[in-house]
Amino acid sequence: MTGTGSYTVARPSSPRATTAARGKSTRPKSIGWLFVAPFGLVFLVFLVAPLVYAFWLSLFSKGLATGTTFSGIGNYVKAFTDTEFLGGLLFVVVFSVVLIPLQMLVSLAAALVLDAVTTKLARFSRLMIFVPYAIPAVIGALMWGFLYSPGFGPLAQLFGLFHASAPNLLGSHEVFGALLNVVTWQWSGYYMIIIYAALQGIDSSLYEAARIDGAGPWQIALRIKVPLVASALVLILVFALIGTLQFFTEPQVLAPSSNGAITPSFTPNMYAYNLAFANSQINYASAISFALGLVVFIGVYIFLFATRKKGRIV
Amino acid sequence: MGVAHDCGQSIPLDASLARSRLPGLGPEQRSFRVKKKALIALVGLAVVSALTACSSPGGSGGSTPAATDKPQSQADKPSNCDNKILYPSATRVSLWGWSPTLPVAVDAFDKAHKDVQICWTNAGAGSAEYQKFSTAIAAGKGAPDVIMLETDHLNSFLIKDALVNLSDYGADKWKSDFSAGTLKDISSNGGIYAIPDDGGPVALMYRKDIFDQYGLTVPKTWAEYAADADKLKSAGGPAIGDWPNDTPAFAQAMFAQAGADTFDYNINQKTSLGVDIDNAASRKVLDYWDGLVQKGEVVTTGQSSTDFVSELSSGKLATFIAASWEPGHLTGAGFTRGPGSPWRVAMLPQWNADSPVQVNWGGSTYAVTTQSKVPHAASEVAMELFGHENQQTLGAHFPQHVKVQKASWFVNAEDPFFGGQKANKEVWIPTADAYKGQSYSPFQDYYYQQVTAMLTKTTSGAESSKAGLSKLQSTIASYAKAQGFTVKTK
Repeated sequence: MTGTGSYTVARPSSPRATTAARGKSTRPKSIGWLFVAPFGLVFLVFLVAPLVYAFWLSLFSKGLATGTTFSGIGNYVKAFTDTEFLGGLLFVVVFSVVLIPLQMLVSLAAALVLDAVTTKLARFSRLMIFVPYAIPAVIGALMWGFLYSPGFGPLAQLFGLFHASAPNLLGSHEVFGALLNVVTWQWSGYYMIIIYAALQGIDSSLYEAARIDGAGPWQIALRIKVPLVASALVLILVFALIGTLQFFTEPQVLAPSSNGAITPSFTPNMYAYNLAFANSQINYASAISFALGLVVFIGVYIFLFATRKKGRIV
Repeated sequence: MGVAHDCGQSIPLDASLARSRLPGLGPEQRSFRVKKKALIALVGLAVVSALTACSSPGGSGGSTPAATDKPQSQADKPSNCDNKILYPSATRVSLWGWSPTLPVAVDAFDKAHKDVQICWTNAGAGSAEYQKFSTAIAAGKGAPDVIMLETDHLNSFLIKDALVNLSDYGADKWKSDFSAGTLKDISSNGGIYAIPDDGGPVALMYRKDIFDQYGLTVPKTWAEYAADADKLKSAGGPAIGDWPNDTPAFAQAMFAQAGADTFDYNINQKTSLGVDIDNAASRKVLDYWDGLVQKGEVVTTGQSSTDFVSELSSGKLATFIAASWEPGHLTGAGFTRGPGSPWRVAMLPQWNADSPVQVNWGGSTYAVTTQSKVPHAASEVAMELFGHENQQTLGAHFPQHVKVQKASWFVNAEDPFFGGQKANKEVWIPTADAYKGQSYSPFQDYYYQQVTAMLTKTTSGAESSKAGLSKLQSTIASYAKAQGFTVKTK
């Protein structure tokens, strides 16, 4: 009783003294650690420790016919001169450059329309645009594999009506577009929701003011809404950039149907996976993973730096 | 060492049962097929037997496998078996395999062996299982005692010291059970490393109705096959066959038939590898098929795609060059069986009809892993599991045990997939007899990946066969060097 009393009394009279007292006592500090512990433990055991271990592995090399030897940065030198890794990297970079603007355009357009229209149909459409995101990526890819099938999918029936044979959408030249479609379909709904939420947060008096000044709906959308959701757009861009550079699930699932067009080193992540599990090159696979991580980090950093300067957002 | 039979009762044959091909067979031998089976969690560390001698009525005393293994504690017994353990106190041997008739064979084995029980897990088919096995090898634990492997992957695991030399456990007495070609496939440096259950003799499956309709004769040579292809094309018929990119094991079999001897490897000299990829035989094969593809007489559908099966069943292909396990694989995919079946099978067309060469594609074996703590019991499982093959354990497989190949129920079986044709007698048995064996690389998965990469370029015409093969040769040679091999180019 007394202890508590004196504590409460001491507090208003001298805040500085209280801080000092707290500094001396380790109790509040350790309680803080206790609160962080459940997350911290999982974070350390399942993220930091594997990363450290993988990095450690990446410093060694082991051939099928040789023992394990320390090779320092040898694996990294090899990675950045490995045409398979660089080819995969080029693919995901080009894929990002095409995919991300397309995805943003689709999701922004959908969000703007849904924000402007407030009927029951709009709410239903919102749900329908979002649904692909709720479908697991593996299931989505399998489903598209069926839809793309020139032998027995809907394409075959459609082309059959005109007595033509359906194109092979998973051929070497077509697979880029085929994957672009799957990913746009899967993620646009999610990005649309992020933009839509940002749009909902805009004060409607702004629109009123704009209308009084003579702005039409197009002008409101492009001159007021889009600049105000710019920070949401940057967020989406970062998400999409990280996700696309680590592209894995869809090509991995569609590979068996592609008759070799999707190679084991199609994307850097697939390459790392195949090196580790199909070709037993765990050390080199670790190096490939870290090399990819480095590229993603640099890419995202450059991007954030550039956008910060220009628009003073984020 | 007295291994094998002492403890085992022979599995009774039930001759009254017709040879039944099980429906919905898995994609056995083709490692590059889609793996759909649910992946089952790794069984715990295998291990060890408490048993002394054969206490079972099946055992006739004397030296028994379980007797020479160290006792297996209760905690070391593998659990989570897909099958029912009949004798819980017996030494338990863990087994990974995906053969569709495994449940039957495992139950028969367990019933006949009171001292050794199999704990079977389906760890996925082909490369799905190999990836788990490789991971377990790298981890130093987690591998089963006995594992099902395809013959073309044996060297890939031998180099990792992952397989036990079964000759040390009495496998040599099974030598007379296998043909010379099969023995070559399962041996290295004189030791036997795996016991095969089924093989994959390659033959020509063809549509009798299409052949009749267009007046084609069954081709005996590749020249006749090409002539039939021309005839079909000019009459507006379907494509004669398929030349896929994604089935490198098939391409490899075709190279071998033309005389390519791609690899030279022996664990005697672990770090030395002979590579001969860019040779005239392989060029001839590529040029032949690419020519047919360019004329539009052969399609290039990937054989691990579902499209391929639909093309086969809808009459879009007049022939299919296939291994003996293929009919089992296709059963249940909309193919008519019995008298109405349009499919027949004939011997594989030849480059030179006067000196025919027969080849093999796929085929499974059972090997004992070096992680096993009960190698004697495990060897007994590997040797006995399909040692007394009957109609039920065989399913739609082609047996490698010569005595089963000679059994009259097998020789005279009428295959409903081929409209009741005596396919074993007419095609599969003579093909298997003539097979001389092949040698494979110690990194077969990598080789297959690169063959597929080459085929995507050569088949589409983006690269000549010469350029493709010479590039493949240098890719494989430099990979081998990077892995620490001394590469000999022939």
